Amino acid sequence: MSKPLISVRGLTKKFGDFTAVDGIDFDVAKGESFGLLGPNGAGKSTTMRILAATSTRTSGTVEILDKDPELFGPLVRAHLGVVPQQDNLDNELTVSENLFIYGRYFGLSKKFIKNKIEELLEFAQLEEKRDVKVEALSGGMKRRLTIARGLVSEPDILLLDEPTTGLDPQARHILWDRLFRLKEQGVTLVLTTHFMDEAEQLCDRLVVMDKGAIMAEGSPAGLIKQYSSKEVLEVRFGSDRNKEVAPQLATMCERMETLPDRLLMYTEDGEALLEKITHAGMHATTSLVRRSSLEDVFLRLTGRTLIE
Amino acid sequence: MNTGIDVPQIQRFGALYIASARLRSMSKWRTIIAAVDIGNPLFYLIAVGIGIGVLVEQGSGTSGTSGIKYIAFIAPALLANTAITGIMDETVFPTIEGFKWRKLFFAQNATPITGRQIALGVYLAALCRAIFSVTVYYLLLLAFSVVDFGVSVLIIPIAILGGAAFGAVILYFAAKIEKDDQFFNILGRLILMPMFLFSGTFFPLTSMPIYLQPIGWVSPLWHATELGREAAFDYSIGNTMVIIHFVVLLTLVVVGLNLSMRQFERRLAK
Amino acid sequence: MRTAVEIAESRKSSAMYAGRSHVLLERGWLAFRSSTWIPVVTGFLEPVLFLLAFGYGMGTLIGDVTTGTTTMDYTLFIAPGLLANSAMNGAIYDSTWNVFWKLNESKLYKTMLSTPLGPLDIALGEITWALIRGLVYSLGFLTVVTALGLTPSFWAILAIPAASLVAFGFASFGMAITSFFKTYQQMGFINFVLLPMTLFSGSLYPISVYPDWLERIIMALPLWHGIEMVRAFWFGNITSGVLVHIAYFLVMIATGLFVTSRRLRALFLR
Repeated sequence: MSKPLISVRGLTKKFGDFTAVDGIDFDVAKGESFGLLGPNGAGKSTTMRILAATSTRTSGTVEILDKDPELFGPLVRAHLGVVPQQDNLDNELTVSENLFIYGRYFGLSKKFIKNKIEELLEFAQLEEKRDVKVEALSGGMKRRLTIARGLVSEPDILLLDEPTTGLDPQARHILWDRLFRLKEQGVTLVLTTHFMDEAEQLCDRLVVMDKGAIMAEGSPAGLIKQYSSKEVLEVRFGSDRNKEVAPQLATMCERMETLPDRLLMYTEDGEALLEKITHAGMHATTSLVRRSSLEDVFLRLTGRTLIE
Repeated sequence: MNTGIDVPQIQRFGALYIASARLRSMSKWRTIIAAVDIGNPLFYLIAVGIGIGVLVEQGSGTSGTSGIKYIAFIAPALLANTAITGIMDETVFPTIEGFKWRKLFFAQNATPITGRQIALGVYLAALCRAIFSVTVYYLLLLAFSVVDFGVSVLIIPIAILGGAAFGAVILYFAAKIEKDDQFFNILGRLILMPMFLFSGTFFPLTSMPIYLQPIGWVSPLWHATELGREAAFDYSIGNTMVIIHFVVLLTLVVVGLNLSMRQFERRLAK
Repeated sequence: MRTAVEIAESRKSSAMYAGRSHVLLERGWLAFRSSTWIPVVTGFLEPVLFLLAFGYGMGTLIGDVTTGTTTMDYTLFIAPGLLANSAMNGAIYDSTWNVFWKLNESKLYKTMLSTPLGPLDIALGEITWALIRGLVYSLGFLTVVTALGLTPSFWAILAIPAASLVAFGFASFGMAITSFFKTYQQMGFINFVLLPMTLFSGSLYPISVYPDWLERIIMALPLWHGIEMVRAFWFGNITSGVLVHIAYFLVMIATGLFVTSRRLRALFLR
């Protein structure tokens, strides 16, 4: 395997007494789509800011294309495209002006940027909005523009912090489609998310983070296989009865998680398990059989849900 | 079910509820309000009153200011201007905030409180700020012996009337504003500043070229300043002028407030 | 065609400076092109209004002013002071409220610092933009004053670079101060400090009217140096004292740039 684009060892970031990132290690290879999955406050955004060479670390080493971002900030940033959690587009400018001036921040020539803008407007599906002030754009359009803006300098790595948070389902799917195209073009993506479906859709490989530490690492399918069963049966007996029946149900499956509103039963065959329960004389108010997801992996690893 | 909501009570006193809510949020800013309302006119009084006062004395003496010492001549104008800027702050900002930025008025209007009561409440709270600032400033004028205690106390209600006249009109415009991005610029630099400079504040209006004098005629500041000088000093503008000044200011209050209340009602119903 | 990385490598960009502050001017121009002209027009009007009000109005009360050994018409006396003032106001407007907005609301500087640009690029670019704005105001004011026949001699043209230095100094210092402020209340403090400085610094009357101790305080303030410097060039009355004023502003510019770029780094690259 060739040398990784990003290499992180023992990375720690403290704010006073609070440890936001607690000694994490990971590598990202060229062309890979790498995810940091975890709930809010897990240390994902802090890690991203350090990768983006806009935040210093307390200890550990970070190398991006063989360079320490702390020592070679401007040079490292020239390699990166950054899509922050909150759109920080230039509200006083139009869509195409936003792309243009951002390219100028990198020192790119006007001619180069002018050509690049056409390509990026098409990519972001914003050709008709080119002369519109960004204030007038919808949330999904703004996010697509922010991503296009990050691509103006043809970066080696695109950093995306919570790319679809705050978007409606339709806008999310459009965005995923765009990101998937980038992945196909061989752009190296590093993204954070607290949506397990997003991680499953976009990431080749990911780390699960909680409280500043990495809990597990692998491909989405690999992690599910390692930490969960094939299927999950979700049952509700009404909020008062869930606790009562829980001990008895726990004996009927491989593993069970008790959530405030429902019980999650891990098994290889959900339908069969449901039948078994009914047979035993317990009648669930609602029931649902589904495949295991990264949500279940996270629950298994931390005892908590991703979105609280 | 009796929730204890007394609708007739609200219909009678709604404006007071709004005013007290406004006063509560104003009190968060009390240090700044006091500093600005007292500090700014005080700076003008000391810098212009004393600094330029020396030049005026060397120049025309008191012949250009009807025999009044220069620092005293500008005092009633600064007092009225304090009322005007204070009332303006407390009508313009909350109104644009209420309609646009935080849309608080729409929430208040969802209760039995009417648009007219909201307008009146905002206005009354703004008057309270003026009453406070003007009174403190008057005490400072006494302390500096700029005015003598006595009938000069009348300049307090006169200054407030001047502020009330300007506030009633500006409340209407603030309630009409849809796009606010240039409003403050226009208000500050094209309305307040010229009014402050050309209302006979620092020199008699009549010493300006005639084509600049109409700015004074339409300015509540000029009317309040003239009345204030008449009340505090031996200024002798004559009874007819006194009546004209009062009528103009009172008309602005009545017409402005009515327009404002109607505009609030309309915009909330839209 | 060179890539972003090649450009960054060739520049040997330091962490503070990529040598590209001019892109801030490009950005300023793009944003300005599509914005309204109202702030520029009104910013230009302010000193003109002061000149009209104090020149015509006060002129009749004051007549001539004597400073040192020279005696001149009052309007002529205040013109250079107002020029320095308008340069300061133009620069302050862009370097305080606009910068505050870009620091705390739109986060524009944070965005810029996620590119290879450094903090010094931003400080230098923004301050130069504010300086240009101050320069435009000065030119406008000079045009009006010349049209009114108040320019004493050909020397007055030299007052423009002097006024630019004033604008540069205040822009630099204003941005440095703003980088420490987090709330709108704190920003109000800037205006609160500016007003007394404007009133006391001798644009409207010679500061010799004050007692010694107050005079000394005023002479420590930047605006006094600015006014004296502009006045010296305006009247072609250049003495070695001018060097002190120039040095004062050069120190102010350097301090402002240093503090601003350090502060931007502390805010966004930690």
